[in-house]
Amino acid sequence: MAQPLVKKDDDRDDEAEYSPFMGIEKGAVLQEARVFNDPQLDPRRCSQVITKLLYLLNQGETFTKVEATEVFFAVTKLFQSKDVGLRRMLYLMIKELSPSADEVIIVTSSLMKDMNSKTDMYRANAIRVLCRITDGVLLTQIERYLKQAIVDKNPVVASAALVSGIHLLQTNPEVVKRWSNEVQEAVQSRAALVQFHALALLHQIRQNDRLAVSKLVTSLTRGTVRSPLAQCLLIRYTSQSASNSQGGDRPFYDFLEGCLRHKAEMVIFEAARAITELSGVTSRELTPAITVLQLFLSSSKPVLRFAAVRTLNKVAMTHPMAVTNCNIDMESLISDQNRSIATLAITTLLKTGNESSVDRLMKQITNFMSDIADEFKIVVVEAIRSLCLKFPLKYRSLMNFLSNILREEGGFEYKKAIVDSIVILIRDIPDAKENGLLHLCEFIEDCEFTYLSTQILHFLGIEGPKTSDPSKYIRYIYNRVHLENATVRAAAVSTLAKFGAMVDALKPRIFVLLRRCLFDSDDEVRDRATLYLNTLGGDGEVVETDKGVKEFLFGALDIPLVNLETSLRNYEASEDAFDINSVPKEVKSQPLAEKKAPGKKQPTGLGAPPAAPPTTVDAYERLLSSIPELASLGKPFKSSAPTELTEAETEYAVNVVKHIYDRHVVFQYNCTNTIPEQQLEEVSVVVDSSDAEEFGFVLSKPLRSLPYDSPGQTFVVFEKPEGVPAVGKFSNTLKFIVKEVDPNTGEADEDGVDDEYQLEELEVVSADYMQKVGISNFRNAWESLDADLERVDEYGLGPRESLAEAVNAVISLLGMQPCEGTEAVPSNSRSHTCLLSGVFIGNTRVLARLQFGLTGPKEVAMKLAVRSDDIAVSDAIHEIVASG
Amino acid sequence: YLQQACPQVKNILVLDSEGKRVAVKYYSDEDWPTNGAKEAFEKTVFTKTHKTNARTEAEVTMIDSYVIVYKFVEDLHFFVTGGEDQNELILASVLQGFFDAVGILLRGNVEKSEVLENLDLILLCLDETIDGGVPLQTDAAVLANKVASHNIDSGAPLSEQTLAQALVTAREHLTRSLLK
Repeated sequence: MAQPLVKKDDDRDDEAEYSPFMGIEKGAVLQEARVFNDPQLDPRRCSQVITKLLYLLNQGETFTKVEATEVFFAVTKLFQSKDVGLRRMLYLMIKELSPSADEVIIVTSSLMKDMNSKTDMYRANAIRVLCRITDGVLLTQIERYLKQAIVDKNPVVASAALVSGIHLLQTNPEVVKRWSNEVQEAVQSRAALVQFHALALLHQIRQNDRLAVSKLVTSLTRGTVRSPLAQCLLIRYTSQSASNSQGGDRPFYDFLEGCLRHKAEMVIFEAARAITELSGVTSRELTPAITVLQLFLSSSKPVLRFAAVRTLNKVAMTHPMAVTNCNIDMESLISDQNRSIATLAITTLLKTGNESSVDRLMKQITNFMSDIADEFKIVVVEAIRSLCLKFPLKYRSLMNFLSNILREEGGFEYKKAIVDSIVILIRDIPDAKENGLLHLCEFIEDCEFTYLSTQILHFLGIEGPKTSDPSKYIRYIYNRVHLENATVRAAAVSTLAKFGAMVDALKPRIFVLLRRCLFDSDDEVRDRATLYLNTLGGDGEVVETDKGVKEFLFGALDIPLVNLETSLRNYEASEDAFDINSVPKEVKSQPLAEKKAPGKKQPTGLGAPPAAPPTTVDAYERLLSSIPELASLGKPFKSSAPTELTEAETEYAVNVVKHIYDRHVVFQYNCTNTIPEQQLEEVSVVVDSSDAEEFGFVLSKPLRSLPYDSPGQTFVVFEKPEGVPAVGKFSNTLKFIVKEVDPNTGEADEDGVDDEYQLEELEVVSADYMQKVGISNFRNAWESLDADLERVDEYGLGPRESLAEAVNAVISLLGMQPCEGTEAVPSNSRSHTCLLSGVFIGNTRVLARLQFGLTGPKEVAMKLAVRSDDIAVSDAIHEIVASG
Repeated sequence: YLQQACPQVKNILVLDSEGKRVAVKYYSDEDWPTNGAKEAFEKTVFTKTHKTNARTEAEVTMIDSYVIVYKFVEDLHFFVTGGEDQNELILASVLQGFFDAVGILLRGNVEKSEVLENLDLILLCLDETIDGGVPLQTDAAVLANKVASHNIDSGAPLSEQTLAQALVTAREHLTRSLLK
């Protein structure tokens, strides 16, 4: 419509600001909508009013229920007009109003008439509108027409029906699935987009039938696919079904590789990306894909460069060597106008770079950092951190880089990323420590984030006293007491006290400073100063602080906070003081349902250790102590996570929890009866312990009755030598009496039949004797254990799938808690150090330091150093590994 | 739900040079359930892109795990948003198809006032480009033809002549893209 919708006259002089919708108002437009009711319809005018209504909706205006209904009824009158343009606007309007079911009925017949019209455009649009607003009942009425439309000669009509089918499949799958013959026919259509839409729909109809998808894909990869979009779909489906099929050969690889020579860029890219994402892709398979992506890197089109560098960036995580050929092209992208491309190029280079290129790279990045947004900077900082860990010798230039950007402007997340990185480098690269601590000290002199200041102060308190000249940090810390808010002041007081406790020579000076804090305006600051002055003792003399006091003030709280919280809640004020030793130390693994959303990063660096997941220790303890036979055994040392002893969806579901005591093991079988017509009675598990020589049967506690869908427990107790981590296999048979249940009355028959049901084996392993107990500072804990009680040995772990897989296998073999996030193995590393902590049966603290390295292709070797309070336990840990 | 199986567009935005809405269409209420969320997204997208030069070639960026391809002309900013795993070249072809179709429909005068004066054509063009997130048509000439053909019978705005002209422009465009 070339004509303006309202007269221009009034606003002529302000041409730039002119808009046909200036001063538009909902009420007035709704009034105007009355023209829809005129007996003599003016199509042009009606179209204009619809456009105004659509404009209002587009601007975020909403209609009340009453308004929407009124407009809808008025609009339906417009079906009387034969004007094609108006009809088209009418379709749009109905879709936007999304009418309710009883309103839909009003327009159904008009739309069905249009659906059978001779005008293709009417047919196509009526189908789209009707399918958008329809419900299941109406759908079955129009199904016949839709099936016809799918194979309509006109591609626009066919596409309209197919795309509608894609949407309807979500709400009415059983109806749409009946169309598969027609859709199959449409896949062969000569019209490019019809083929695309048909393929998308057909795949969705059959997606749960792997064989059918595989057949579909095979036939199409041999035939001709006309549309690039359809070809992209085919690539997706091909690589999906390739990843579903087991075995080493990839029948579809040739097809994917062939697509790299397609004429459409989107197809080439889709194929290249699919190849890089094949699981366990070899470098030979990768090469042709990398080659086309490399060509894209120097394309004049930003979207192509972006797509290529984004994909290469991902490849660099798993196959850094495969990407190094592109490094020169990638370096020229650092100056790309598009900062997203530049950032991706830099982080890719940081992943693939070698030691000699670090300095040059850092120079290029420095120029680049000043003109990108914080979110890009964080990505770069994280990449630099991993680079530094990879090339520890380069720490100086990388640390300088980090401290420089720390001084520049930036938001909290960015600053936190930098501080976290510096902290990690200090922890992992001993040479970088003093330098890094001073950078942090300078940062808190002018830091606007309370959180970062307190975290750095805490960290200084741990690391500072262990440096060659602790006194140089005091000034920075004490300045905080003068210049900051109460939270930071309190943290500074604690840090000062730590220096006083750890460095005896500094104690008199620290005491002077702490006494000044007694006059602080904040009570927390005063309280802390008072506490430290009184407990550190010695009136400020140069004396050694009592070990117990140090432990009390600064020792790690080796109890999960959640457990402590539960115990405190359960504690009732009485004569007996709260006993912190009564708090369970076991870190319970997280139930599946409460797992964090994927993609959320675990906090690393300064952040507190991940919050302990909720515990079921209490629940077990209550259950066990409620049964007299079991209560007499004492408190269990550890309760395992449940292990399933039956397949999913069998008649009886049974899992077992192993409770480990000093001299006993209790198997708790959780049974569920999934058959409504049955009631089980006298349920017990017969355990054959012939493969578990050190265990002796004590008693079995059967379950009186197990009605449908109401879980119950039966227990079996074994004894074992005291304090010994005995292992063994146990085979289990569920024994019970079955009684039929009358479905009407729900009552069980008098008579029952003896029956049994074979369960899977269960195993008591060494890890069952280990509690996962995390510690916050591994190095401190390690150094606090006697080095004479350390046992070191080396092991070849043979060929493993990957370094990460080997690390996980050893962690689960030992059943210990990984510390400081060391269970995560960077995907391209060739060596890895993992720190574990736990408490072994007999309440012996154990720490292990595992160094893994790749010795050949996939061959993993491990050096294991164990420290504990008891040399016998250190040896026991080595035995576990040696026999595992 | 279509994420894996079928290329999915999450929204198409046309904003003005101040980031204000000219015409937008969202296909995913899960990502932006309220008008407030939509406006906040538009603001972020606009502030993060408005300084870039996306006038000759379409540009691309990632914001909050969305891939966004965009192109500017005069006082108008066109955006097409897709999910993180989306093939950005497919999004770019959707953008290019819509962008060029608008160019044909407005006979090259693509600017805010023209778009607003012909908002009906722009909305119809959006409707023909994407249906519920699925690309319906990405060829600019076909798109423009579909939108314009509605007006032939009514005889009014886009006359036969302009349609012929539109097809010429379309053919020109086609040869241009072949020459590249």
